[in-house]
Amino acid sequence: MHVVTDNFGYILGGFLVTVELTVLGYVGALVLGTVLAVFRVGPITPLRVVGTVYVEFFRNIPLLALLILFVFGLPDVGLTFSLFSSAAICLALTGAAYVCESVRSGINAVPVGQAEAARAIGLPFSKVLTVVVLPQALPPLVNVFIGMALGSSLAAAVGVAELTNRTQQLNLQYAEAVATFLVAGAFYVAMAFLGAGGGRWLENRIGRRVGARR
Amino acid sequence: MSADRVLFDEPGPAGRRRIRIVTVVTVLVIAAVIALAVKRFADSGQLAAERWTTFGQLSYVRFLWEGLKGTLIAAGVSALISFPAGALLGLMRISVHRPVRWVAGVYVELFRAIPLLLLIYAFLLGLPRFGINLPIFWKLVVPIVMVNSAVLAELVRAGIGAVDPGQFQAGEAIGLRRGQVLRLIVLPQALRLIVPTLVTQLTTLLKDTTLGYVVSYPELMKQGNNLTVYTHLLIQTFLIIAIIYVLINFALSQLAHALDRRLGRRRVAAPGGPAGGGLRPASEAELAGDRVAPIGQLF
Repeated sequence: MHVVTDNFGYILGGFLVTVELTVLGYVGALVLGTVLAVFRVGPITPLRVVGTVYVEFFRNIPLLALLILFVFGLPDVGLTFSLFSSAAICLALTGAAYVCESVRSGINAVPVGQAEAARAIGLPFSKVLTVVVLPQALPPLVNVFIGMALGSSLAAAVGVAELTNRTQQLNLQYAEAVATFLVAGAFYVAMAFLGAGGGRWLENRIGRRVGARR
Repeated sequence: MSADRVLFDEPGPAGRRRIRIVTVVTVLVIAAVIALAVKRFADSGQLAAERWTTFGQLSYVRFLWEGLKGTLIAAGVSALISFPAGALLGLMRISVHRPVRWVAGVYVELFRAIPLLLLIYAFLLGLPRFGINLPIFWKLVVPIVMVNSAVLAELVRAGIGAVDPGQFQAGEAIGLRRGQVLRLIVLPQALRLIVPTLVTQLTTLLKDTTLGYVVSYPELMKQGNNLTVYTHLLIQTFLIIAIIYVLINFALSQLAHALDRRLGRRRVAAPGGPAGGGLRPASEAELAGDRVAPIGQLF
């Protein structure tokens, strides 16, 4: 157990990196995903194509392959990002494809009458979307958050010193596996449950089914 | 296209002009971005023909094919174990016996909240210290099964939850036992609702096997990595590998779509089927698929 107490600062630091990656990836994915969803339902054909191609590519590429291309490949063409920002960018890029699809299916699930009513009172496309339809088409926010938290662990495989990576490092150094893995697992579980709890709280506050699709 | 037209009026002359202008501008921007990317690649010599033609050699193709085989075997075995395990866990979660429900509930909640990679490290670095040293293949597959069976359990449970409760009651009313109601009436309908999502889950399994890279199991990513040690053609190798993954997963998701449309059409055709209330009349299966979207599986 003293592995954990001795290195608690180290583990906690890893957890903070995981939290940072999760939050950055989460916000990035939500923003980019929503923009892409708007592209896909808008009247500009090239933007629709961009949205479709983006989603099909980033939804189907394994995150690890993207991470490797970003971290080890891009320097070969003269683009170098820090490890941390590479991981955050990759998380946001792949997450955005998922968010885009759920926002789009959310848009499709909004009753036709809503959009028709909005058009009937003379709102332009931008207003129909931002004022009437999009607020009713929120993605499963809790789901995306937890997925991002779990996905951020893949950054460990390319050497970002986040929670999973530091757990593995400690394991190479010390011979006490149980404690370190349990603590790391507990951190992730806590994060997932806090995310879910926070989501439910927000949901009740807003008084609407926002992240109910657990 | 026409369905999405609900969001905006048929544009008038001014609107059409605006759309044309924006279209031209976007095309120019996209072209510029692509040109910039190509130039970057060309400037750093990554587009040189011999950096790509080497991959036409039979030995290279065979090397990557070995990797693809490893990937497909790992994903296939994972699927064969985790689908039945997930179904069992899902049924356990709706059991009438509280302890059974509880055990399955704890398992599912726990393994949906733990990242796969952490679990793989535990099998790779932790368990061997206690004398549990699985062969490399199982060090990859067992964690994948543990995580995915939890996700699939939720999917099965959600599918059962999406079946009209009247079906349960009708079954009980004609004197069937609970097991019979489930087996004869509810499960066939639930399965139909979740089949498209199950196929989508295969893409997740396929992506999960990329972690063979970490345990040194010779699947596509690991083979690619081994290849770059000799060739140093990192960008080329991993772009090719990425494209292979994208193609397979794309085919799988198209299959899921097709299944969804097929099953959905049959459903909607049934009398009293719910009319799609959305902008695009969404099929019931699709709505259910949306409702039962697995948690935490973005990647």
